[in-house]
This record gives sequence, C-alpha cells and structure tokens, in this order.
Amino acid sequence: MNGMVARSIKNAGMMILMGVATLLVLTPLILIFFHIVKEGAGAINLDFFTQIPNPPGESGGGMANGLVGSAILLFMASLFGIPTGIFGALYLSEYEGNRLANIIRFSADVLSGVPSIITGLVAYTLIVVPMHGFSALAGAVALGLIIIPIVLRTTEEQLKMVPGTLREASLALGVSFWRTTLQVTLRSALKGIVTGILLSIARVAGETAPLLFTTLGNQFWGRKLTEPMAALPLQIFNFAISPYADWHRLAWAGALVLVVIMFGLSLVARLFGRQKPMT
Amino acid sequence: MTNKIKIENLNVYFGETHAIKDVSLDVPQNRVTAIIGPSGCGKSTLLRSINRMHDMVASARVTGSIILDNTDIYDRSSNPVLIRRRVGMVFQKPNPFPAMSIYDNVIAGYKLSGRLIRADADEIVESSLKRVALWDEVKDRLKANAMELSGGQQQRLCIARTIAVKPDVILMDEPASALDPLSTLKIEELIEELKDKYTIVIVTHNMQQAARVSDITAFFYLGELIEAGDTRTIFTNPEKKQTEDYITGRFG
Repeated sequence: MNGMVARSIKNAGMMILMGVATLLVLTPLILIFFHIVKEGAGAINLDFFTQIPNPPGESGGGMANGLVGSAILLFMASLFGIPTGIFGALYLSEYEGNRLANIIRFSADVLSGVPSIITGLVAYTLIVVPMHGFSALAGAVALGLIIIPIVLRTTEEQLKMVPGTLREASLALGVSFWRTTLQVTLRSALKGIVTGILLSIARVAGETAPLLFTTLGNQFWGRKLTEPMAALPLQIFNFAISPYADWHRLAWAGALVLVVIMFGLSLVARLFGRQKPMT
Repeated sequence: MTNKIKIENLNVYFGETHAIKDVSLDVPQNRVTAIIGPSGCGKSTLLRSINRMHDMVASARVTGSIILDNTDIYDRSSNPVLIRRRVGMVFQKPNPFPAMSIYDNVIAGYKLSGRLIRADADEIVESSLKRVALWDEVKDRLKANAMELSGGQQQRLCIARTIAVKPDVILMDEPASALDPLSTLKIEELIEELKDKYTIVIVTHNMQQAARVSDITAFFYLGELIEAGDTRTIFTNPEKKQTEDYITGRFG
C-alpha cells in the first residue's frame, strides 16, 4: 500500500514538472503572438496590402511591394531549390553507399548548418559582383541555397520509408528502374515530400540576412528580376530601425502578416501530411 | 517434355558470400517445379536469379547461365526489363500498390510502363481477375482501394496483376506462407489451374505443400542443389540420404 502512495506522489510530481515545461515552451510563443497582434493589428487595413510605402512624414502607405516581392523571391527560390533537392535525394536513395552519394549527403548537412548571412555572401559573390548590381535573382539564389539541403534531407527520409516490396512489385512486372522510381517510389513518398517542401518555404519566408546584400530591398515596385526588389522581412527590418513612428507601425503590421503566413504554411503542411489511419 | 528454363552452372555471390554454388536445373514447361530446403539455404536467391532481381543489389555477382527458351537471360544483349515481362513474380507478403484501386493494380504492369491501351484495359482486368477466381468477389467494387481486400484476396490480386502482362513463367516465393489455411488452399488450387498456361516455379518451406502442388521437386541445402526429380519419387524414394533426412524431418 505504501508503495502505491509513493508512486502516485511521484507520478503527480512528474506530471506537474511536465506541465511546467509545457508552459515554459508555450508562454514565449503566446506572448510574442499576443504582442505582435496588439501592436500590428491597428495598422492592418486594405492600404497595407495594396500600397507601397509612403515617404516618411506622410501617414498611410503599405507593404504591398514587400509582399509581392517576397512571393516572387520564394517562387524563384523554389524553382531553383526544390528540383535540386529532390533530384539529389533520388540519387542518394537509389545509389546508397556510393562515394559520391556520401559526399552529397555530407555537403547537404554542412550546407544546412551554414549561417544564412554567409549564404547571402555566397550569392553576393556569385551573382551580385559579376552582374554589378543587386537583384531579385541574387536573393532567390541565396534563399534557394537554404531550401536545397532541407528538401534534400526530408525527401531522402521519405524515400527511405517507402517499403522495398513496393519497388520490387513494380520491377517484377517489367517496369524499368527509372519509371519505378518516379511513378512508384516517388509517388508513394509524395505526401511527406510535399510536407517537407511546405515547411522549407515557411522557414525561408522569414529569412532576412541572406537578402541584405543580394536583393537589397526597394521602396518601389521592382520592375525587373535583375534589379533590387522589396521583400517583407527586409522591409520590416528597415522600417523597425528607422526613426519614424509611421514606419514602426507598418513594421509591426508586417511582422504580424509574416507570422500569420509562416504559421499558416506550417499548419497547412502538418494537415496535409497527416496520415490517414490504417483500417 | 520440353524444358522452359535451363539453369546451367549458376553461381551467385553477394560480396564474399557464395550463396548459390554451381547449380544446374531443368525447369519443364507447363509444370510446377517446387524448390524446398531449410531456411537460408538459397531458395529465394535462386528464384530471384531467374528474373534478374539481383541486378538491383550492388554487391551481387552472377556467373553461369539461365536459358529461357533459347536465350540466355544473363547474356549481355538481354534486357532485364523485357525478361521480367516474360518471367513474373509473386512475393511472400502480398504487395498490391496501396495508392491504387483494384482495377488499376491489375493493369499496373501496362500503366506503369506506359504501354496501356485504354480499349483493352477492361477486358484484361476482367479476364485476369476471373482467372484467379477473384472477379465475382470484386466486380462491383473495382475502383475500391486494393488495401481493403483481405490478405488472401490481395495475394490473388497480385497473381492477377502478374498474369495480366501475359508472362510465360510465374515465380512464386512462398506465396501462401503469410496466409490463413483457407486462403492457402485457394492459392494451391489456383496454382494447379494456372499450370496449363504457365510454367511455375515455387519456393516453399512447407514440404507438404510442395508434395501437394508440384510435379518436380528440387531439394536445396546451403546453396547447393542436392537432388531434383519427380515429386512423388523425391518424397517416397529419394536417392540422396540428405534428401531423405530432410523429408523425414531429421533436420531443417
């Protein structure tokens, strides 16, 4: 009987500890969200989504160019990063143990640990310097370099989880190796791969450092991909460190929109990737 | 009785391991040949050599030849993809494609290799499912997901999928070992019916099944072919003592 009481107390103690830990994790998250909503909600209106920033001193204006710019940058970065990541993963999963495969995997792991500002510097050296100018293209390359290792590793994990029996079933029917890989293996892993892609985009949507000296930012609408372009995180940064109260308010609004976008993308990714329970 | 397959001096290595040791075996046409032996003796390895599945294993090395009709499937000019369309395989655990319907599973061999002719699909599905005695059970739900079927039904579906591409040979790697006795019986009856059109090679660790189902039995031990011959003779009056010891359960 005594043992029972002692165990119950221990159990209760552990539950309390776990509850405290959960609160510790959730509290900053809730505080941040609450604070951003409080500061930024007031400045969210139609103008925010349709106007470019006004000169300092004039109230109103918005971050439309930043929103559109971010969308364009993310799209271009995805075009560059996602196929590269997926093809790299396909190579890794089908040529397991190969020397080149090990080099690719190691490189991806190292690349994923590189600080994003360094990635920006690489894009600066490779694109900005030869082109003699800042551009959306350079920003997209910088973001793409961040996307590649994330997509590569998650895709590889998903491909590994496809049972070998499925591949064998296809091969045994006289389906060629590459058709099997694309139509059976890849299709089977597709849900997990798409989830990984969505999460990588959510991650990259908020990156500011790699855009600092690649895209540079733009007060107006960017007309060409070879010119500087506005991006939401960049604008938030620039407006937040400015001395103008109007711009501060816009920065808060931008932060709120950015958080909502990232949260939304992550939620969609999780919901999409949810496996149906096996009957 | 013509031989559909002649295995000649076959050796299979996985790295340093010598898995199949100088095996020669004739597989007669339109008969069921059973390969028996204790676990790990190379039965499945031998079976997978016949449809060149070892091509997928980096460390595998095959020497010798396997003559299918008049061509050596390991000849440099042979295309493994085409060979696998002539030599089908049914696996131990039923493996229908989980994202596909029953209908799509049956024609998967055509669909996945881009050879599907829409007009023929319905007829192929119906005749294949009828051949494996599954048509009546599924004809009203062909578009249902294949995973909704029971284990025995899934295995029959896999056999239907295999025969849909019209192979000459069907390799079966312990096709009923994951199934309940009733489904096992159905599979064995199916094998008996299929042999008039196909040449069948079946690996089984169940000796009684081999005795029930096969015309020729080959006994394997540690990668070597010990004895092969008419099933009734092997089980009642084997030549080698090792065979007799295995049949009578002294080891294995």
